[in-house]
Amino acid sequence: MNYKMMGKFISRILLVEGVFMIPALIVGLYYREPNATASMAISIAVIFAAGGILGFFCRNGKSGFYAKDGFVCVSLSWIVMSALGCLPFYISREIPSYVDAVFEMVSGFTTTGASVLTNVEAMSKCLLYWRSFSHWVGGMGVLVFLLAIYSPSEKGGFTMHLLRAESPGPDVGKLVPKIKATTSILYRIYVALTIIDILLLLLGGMPVFDALCTAFGTAGTGGFGIKNDSITSYSPYIQNVTTVFMALFGVNFSCYYLLLVKQFKNVLKDEELRTYVGIMLGAIGLVAINIRDVYPTIEETVRHAAFQVSSIMTTTGFATTDFDQWPALSKTILLILMVIGASAGSTGGGFKCARLLLVFKNLKRNISRTIRPNKVQVIRNNGQVVGEQVLDNANSFMAAYVIIVIFSVLIVSIDNFSIESNLSAVLACFNNIGPGLDIVGPTCAYNLYSDLSKLVLTFDMLAGRLEIFPLLILFSPDCWKRK
Amino acid sequence: MKIVIAGGGKVGTALAKQLAGEGHDLIIIDVNSLLLENLIEKFDVMTVCGNCAAKETLEHANISEAELLIAVTSQDEVNLLCCMTAHGLNPDIHTIARVRNPEYTDQIYEMSDLFAISMAVNPDKQTASEIERLLKLPGFLKRDSFAKGLVEIVEIKVTPSSKLSGISLNDMSKTVGCNVLVCAVLRDGASIAPDGHFVLSEGDRLFVTASTNDLATLLKNIGIITHKVRRVMICGGGRIAYYLSSALIKSGIDVDIIEQNNDRCVALASMLPKATVIHGDSSSQSLLESEGIDSTDALITLTGIDELNMIISMYGIQKGVKQVITKLGHLDSSSIIRNLSIGSVISPKEQCCNTIVPYVRAINNQKGAAVSVHQIADGEAEALEFLLSEDALNCDIPLKDLKLRDNIRIACIIHGSTPEIPGGNSTYSVGDTVIVVTGGGLAISQFNDIFR
Repeated sequence: MNYKMMGKFISRILLVEGVFMIPALIVGLYYREPNATASMAISIAVIFAAGGILGFFCRNGKSGFYAKDGFVCVSLSWIVMSALGCLPFYISREIPSYVDAVFEMVSGFTTTGASVLTNVEAMSKCLLYWRSFSHWVGGMGVLVFLLAIYSPSEKGGFTMHLLRAESPGPDVGKLVPKIKATTSILYRIYVALTIIDILLLLLGGMPVFDALCTAFGTAGTGGFGIKNDSITSYSPYIQNVTTVFMALFGVNFSCYYLLLVKQFKNVLKDEELRTYVGIMLGAIGLVAINIRDVYPTIEETVRHAAFQVSSIMTTTGFATTDFDQWPALSKTILLILMVIGASAGSTGGGFKCARLLLVFKNLKRNISRTIRPNKVQVIRNNGQVVGEQVLDNANSFMAAYVIIVIFSVLIVSIDNFSIESNLSAVLACFNNIGPGLDIVGPTCAYNLYSDLSKLVLTFDMLAGRLEIFPLLILFSPDCWKRK
Repeated sequence: MKIVIAGGGKVGTALAKQLAGEGHDLIIIDVNSLLLENLIEKFDVMTVCGNCAAKETLEHANISEAELLIAVTSQDEVNLLCCMTAHGLNPDIHTIARVRNPEYTDQIYEMSDLFAISMAVNPDKQTASEIERLLKLPGFLKRDSFAKGLVEIVEIKVTPSSKLSGISLNDMSKTVGCNVLVCAVLRDGASIAPDGHFVLSEGDRLFVTASTNDLATLLKNIGIITHKVRRVMICGGGRIAYYLSSALIKSGIDVDIIEQNNDRCVALASMLPKATVIHGDSSSQSLLESEGIDSTDALITLTGIDELNMIISMYGIQKGVKQVITKLGHLDSSSIIRNLSIGSVISPKEQCCNTIVPYVRAINNQKGAAVSVHQIADGEAEALEFLLSEDALNCDIPLKDLKLRDNIRIACIIHGSTPEIPGGNSTYSVGDTVIVVTGGGLAISQFNDIFR
């Protein structure tokens, strides 16, 4: 493996992370929070130093980057980034346990939004800002950002492996021929949508700090609230804006690119978009009917139903109401939505609508093959034939997905909480949502779980964000064999 | 620039490597999705899977926004249809098509408007004429000509018996008796830009700029005995063999062609009445010997299998054939091949790139673009020819006072039709042709880019 090149990449990622932490430092200075600001400053210094030293030792890394190196590089950089990014929480003693701090940071970068904090409002603004901003950073991916600003001096497309490893979806492609142009288009769309969201929230009279943090949480489909009751206490207007924007960030970003280049027809015909919107509207309808007796007015019923469905399906995890109190059907629908997740190529997590479509189509084909064994069938997506390799990947993804859920639930069950809690906790972490049901419901936190369970859930969050395989590769002995 | 390449085979891949490296936006079309997958992982390009001559595929590849289409699939007809369709979809597009069938040659030039092609390339024909040039002056491993043939950059290998072994470049002109400039040296697989104190040693491969008129003197004085080629043996009877044989026969050289396929033999025999066509397996040692490999002046291996070509060439050198030329279709001149004794290596895909790349640079940068571009020193260096226009900088200033970028040297200045191998006091002026050699992967598109 090309360790030097990997080291060079990770060092650059650390430098980018350090730069991303600077706004939080400014927030700390503005609100005069000496303890938080000081720990933030120390952490930034540590990260810059670590990045600098690593970069110095690996400065003469040669190109020659293969698929394996790409995957390992992405996984390692996420681990390193989280292990160092959580330092401000730990140094400031606002989260005294290091395991808790890592959990919180991974939850931030993976845009999960699961928190160990029971009283968020007691946190300093500086750290709250960094917590929410980490969603925004992790949403589109740090490596994607690096690819957007960094032009590799090496001739070659090796960076494609990095894009594939970090971007969600069964079949990652480019929008335009150059990887740098592709990633910078993605980031521009991301920034533009975030700014529109912030402006609309400000129009609704939200304080600037709250608007920024909420918008970051929405954009990355993260879900860290800065209030103990998440979005509940804000006005219906703000809740509705957030509903819409969560749904928008759950759409495949290539759809926005197609809109920009005026290919409206292809957007309307996009099968994944149709599935995504269909499932979301269906779920909102069912939930609204199911909870009609819980709220006094129809407006309130629909608003809460839409918000919760949008929040869970896009794997954001904001809440405007304690859905743990809802009837069983609605809770089950939400659990199913957790698994389905958002679209491929969005900032959301989960199994992804695109992959779901592929698995369903393949299932249909296999059934019809059982009846007529000689029938030759190809699977199409948006009119294009899907390669068998992609289908195979989707199937093994599903297998890995189920296995990880089973083992995680098994280990988490050692803590002896209800099955509902354990299952929903694993699903909420693995699919990068945040709140689950029962003891990890929207009004509660993950503080009750033991350190072992927290580590398992941390692993699940990373595995979910990086789509399992890059992380599993780290555990394969083949990967570390010298060649 | 937005470029669509139709066909991701040998030439398509070589072009993708070169053009993606120069920073163009490339979309590659091919029917083979596995091949495309491979290209995406190697180069920063986008791919479209499908038939490149079909309107739908071309639209998918965004042909209406592309500035250039390069059709290099294996079929001439597909390439032509591809260019015509692309032109129908985007009348402003430049198109380059690879057309190899000799039967089409005339109509391509007469009806280029009808076929909507801006340029036709025929790597087989180019390769054949390249081999012909090498045969004219045996002793050079490779010849690249510039300024309408006035100046050449030739490759010389320093052999144990060579007079060049052990002398420094400052003394070289005295030894060779004419004005030459060594612009690059390949030693142990690495390219070196030598200065005057550089001492040559056995095994070095030199890239020497010289006036074409001095080449014979150069050969004589470094101790390579020139012999006139009278009899040539060609293994493999493909298109290159046809083009080459018809040219050689015209200049009165005896040609033996060994070809395995009987039908092809008959076709060759009918097209080339003066050639000796032999039906047989050229990998058979006894056949080569019975056909007189010992007495041939030159052996040229042109079969479709690179490995076979190399083996036959090695055998030829072992048998003492004075000049051996090996065609490599797939393989790059990698470090493994460099150490084999297979004579001169010639690669059709490289010939094709050498024609297309300057065309691309010229569209991209109409004024001051290189007239021709040649890859030398196994692609480690590049020689570019510029015709100086009014806006060329630093005219009439002695070269020793110029601040050139690293890895750049001026190899030759052609005043009108007199080539000058430049020294520190040489100058150039508007209207001159200048040959610049660059190394280290530096891409130069305009003459003025060579200055700091």
